[in-house]
Amino acid sequence: MAQTAMQTSHGLEKIHLEEVVIRIAGNSQDGIQSVGDMLSRLSGRSKRGVITFQTFPSTISGGPSIFQLRVGGHRLKSVGDEADVLVAFYQHSYRDHIKALRKGGLLIYDADHVTPDPDEKRFHHVGVPMTSLTIEAIGGTAKDKGKNLFLMGLLAKLFDLESDKLEEQIKERFDAKGPKVLAPALNAYHAGYAYDISKIGELFQIEKDPIGRAHPQVCMDGNQALAYGAIAAGIRFGAGYPITPWSSVMEILRRELPKFGGTFLQAEDEIASIAMAVGAAYGGTLAMTGSSGPGLSLKSEIISYAVMAEVPILVVDVMRGGPSTGLPTNVEQSDLNLALYAGHGDTPRIVIAPFSVRDVFHSVVEAVQLMQEYNCPAIFLSDYSLATRVETWPEPNLKESFHIYKPDMSPKGPNFLPYKDTPSGISERIIPGVLMLDGNYPTISGLEHNEAGHPDGSSVMHMKMTAKRRRKLQTLREKLPPVSVYGPETGEVLLIGWGSTKGPIEESVDQLRKEGMDISSLHVKYLSPLQRGIDKVMDRFKHVFVVEMNDSGIYGYGQLASLLRAVYANAKIKGINKTDGLPFKVREIVSAVKSKVMQTVHPSV
Amino acid sequence: MSNELSVLGQIPEDILKATRKNLPSDHPTWCPGCGDFSVLNAYFKLNERRGMMKQNITTISGIGCSSRFPYFVNAHGAHFVHGRALSFATGLSISRPDLHVFVFIGDGDAFSIGGNHLTHTARKNVKMTCVIMDNHVYGLTKKQTSPTSPLGFKSKTDPWGAEDMPIHPIKQLVSAGATFVARTHAAMPEHLLQMMERAMDHNGFSVVEVLSECTEFNRGSFDTALARKGGQFRILEEKKNDGTPEDGKRHDVTDEISALRLANEPWPGCFGVFYQIQRPTKNENEAKHAENAMNKGVAASEIDRLQEMFNVMK
Repeated sequence: MAQTAMQTSHGLEKIHLEEVVIRIAGNSQDGIQSVGDMLSRLSGRSKRGVITFQTFPSTISGGPSIFQLRVGGHRLKSVGDEADVLVAFYQHSYRDHIKALRKGGLLIYDADHVTPDPDEKRFHHVGVPMTSLTIEAIGGTAKDKGKNLFLMGLLAKLFDLESDKLEEQIKERFDAKGPKVLAPALNAYHAGYAYDISKIGELFQIEKDPIGRAHPQVCMDGNQALAYGAIAAGIRFGAGYPITPWSSVMEILRRELPKFGGTFLQAEDEIASIAMAVGAAYGGTLAMTGSSGPGLSLKSEIISYAVMAEVPILVVDVMRGGPSTGLPTNVEQSDLNLALYAGHGDTPRIVIAPFSVRDVFHSVVEAVQLMQEYNCPAIFLSDYSLATRVETWPEPNLKESFHIYKPDMSPKGPNFLPYKDTPSGISERIIPGVLMLDGNYPTISGLEHNEAGHPDGSSVMHMKMTAKRRRKLQTLREKLPPVSVYGPETGEVLLIGWGSTKGPIEESVDQLRKEGMDISSLHVKYLSPLQRGIDKVMDRFKHVFVVEMNDSGIYGYGQLASLLRAVYANAKIKGINKTDGLPFKVREIVSAVKSKVMQTVHPSV
Repeated sequence: MSNELSVLGQIPEDILKATRKNLPSDHPTWCPGCGDFSVLNAYFKLNERRGMMKQNITTISGIGCSSRFPYFVNAHGAHFVHGRALSFATGLSISRPDLHVFVFIGDGDAFSIGGNHLTHTARKNVKMTCVIMDNHVYGLTKKQTSPTSPLGFKSKTDPWGAEDMPIHPIKQLVSAGATFVARTHAAMPEHLLQMMERAMDHNGFSVVEVLSECTEFNRGSFDTALARKGGQFRILEEKKNDGTPEDGKRHDVTDEISALRLANEPWPGCFGVFYQIQRPTKNENEAKHAENAMNKGVAASEIDRLQEMFNVMK
């Protein structure tokens, strides 16, 4: 929390902050998420960057829950390791999260529920009887509902936020529920805003974007970006089955796709949902299904079919902790192997992993473009932390991102071959309703087939068609942009990452470079086919560490590290892995890099 | 479309329109005497009788002997995976309301590996026709017990005779919410064609169970329902609503309990339409949601509609 002080009209010292990390800890029914959401949105509207992190209990109702918010004037990459401000609603919130507060940070606690350790001198303590003040403000309903809005008022005052815009949001949110809900909500907020904060002795002001941004900012979580990205990409049919943390994607699409003449069905199970999507794709509609790890396991037979029959289909996996039911409300990158290989037989496919909420949107659009160009399944690997984190990002230019897909229904033939063995491997698929001029119609098939689509299981045909399906992906590999390096192109240490770890990895690079380490990083967005040039970059560094949120495995390497070792046979590749179900903190990567480099007795560290 | 029409004028009708002559494709790989030939012929006749354009015929199947079906029909089609043909057809039917999708599957597809999908396609009432070619045995894999194999049926997986209660197709389908349920016999081609045609006319999820003998692994299994084999093919009498006293005893196809009572008759039971009702199809419901959503004050162009959604997130 870099800061500069100045006097304010209140007589309080007004401290200028580049950024601030606020963690609110309570229970899941306290409405912490909605406060976090409104604060995020406000920050987006006031041209600040926001990244959030939240946890939910996987129980039906109740249980500890947090919302962490990092707000700042510059471009943020991660949610921040330590909180500058901790709000604790309960004793357990205090107990469990005080360690997340940085030394010298500010603890605001509900004095009605929390008694902080009197010997604790590392933090500034401010007790506010939030529960009783909320009840008082609302008019003695004897319930502490509304405490979240009281807190929001308090934070608005403390951080000198645009209070009128927050009130607007409360109205947007509660207006539809009628005056009996809206009036107490506003009362609670006003009571918080009016609280005498002179005890804290400071007022803060968070920096706005110093450069200003060309586009207005939008504010949403990763699953929203995924759903609206799919719409922009031209997806008009989907089917799915509820599972955390994927469900909100299907809920949004169920509601929004009809506005585009499309539909999203809730299927009876994961298998039916991918089968429906493949059926719709065969019919000439851009189609998708999605799930989390357990569902992707179930879909794998039909992924194999889509490879064989060459049907384009988007399959989303919002990864959570596994194996099995695992950690439904935690993050892990342990489905990479499944995404790369799910399905029997030789099944080349596209696998793309986004790295931020903004990137989720743009990458879904790209994945859909690629799958229809290459007629194969595209697996989209998001994760729990992207799904639930709210980010502000420049509004996309829809003129560039929006696509309307119209299948080619023109008559074909004579002698048309839907599985023609072309040099690129790419052939042109046929959709029901298309007239075949010679009267000969193709069948799509899971059996090995000839170029016309009729069964042919001969050795020659199987070799030829296996190579055709593989060659498409090799063609794509040639067209993908080569990898780029974050930091100098040559050096001592190279970190490689994929998916949502890009932010903390790059912040670690920044920090370690400040400390004098010669370090860079490389982000792998296209996991199948792999982008070209990874080998050449690795050659220019002495150490290569693949940073992944998965286990180091039987042989000592995580899932991407194993893939890179298999592809490049490079013994330099080592792993930095963790499986605690939480996003990487910058300090975790920094200390792991230091100790790994030390292990190889490197003198410069 | 205009491009297509200009082409149409130059193409001989025997290429465009489905006939019994131009529909056969690959020679069927079924064993001689297999009941499935009769279903295939009925399908050719039906498409010819309806004057179907070949380009609009779409045939979907699962896995098994029966499911080789699409390869033998020279029209669009998909040979999908085991058990999931109905789900595939659901996606196709909902997204392509211009097609009438036919699904041909066996008893393994319908009642075992795909049992869940049969139930849910029925309750969703997705518009399509599903023909179940039921032979009471797994034939392609050479004689294992199927979900409809009778008690005591000896197979490679039940060497002491089948002990699991067989699934009753008609009871299962009526209970699941199928809106058209009929039963017929592959050796009775006229009745088979009639049932398939009525199924095609039905607006909703229509199912025809066809007893289709596996001559290789279950020979003679359905003879008890054939007069020429010493059995009896009894067609149920449907209510005609003609006010006559005998009409009172006839079967009302909209009466679920009556359908279940008929289905409960001992083997070989009777044949015909057991159940037919009208309720909104999934296709109609989805189309209605889209129509309502698009009429509800949303922007004219799709890109502007998405822009409106982004505006809310600022």
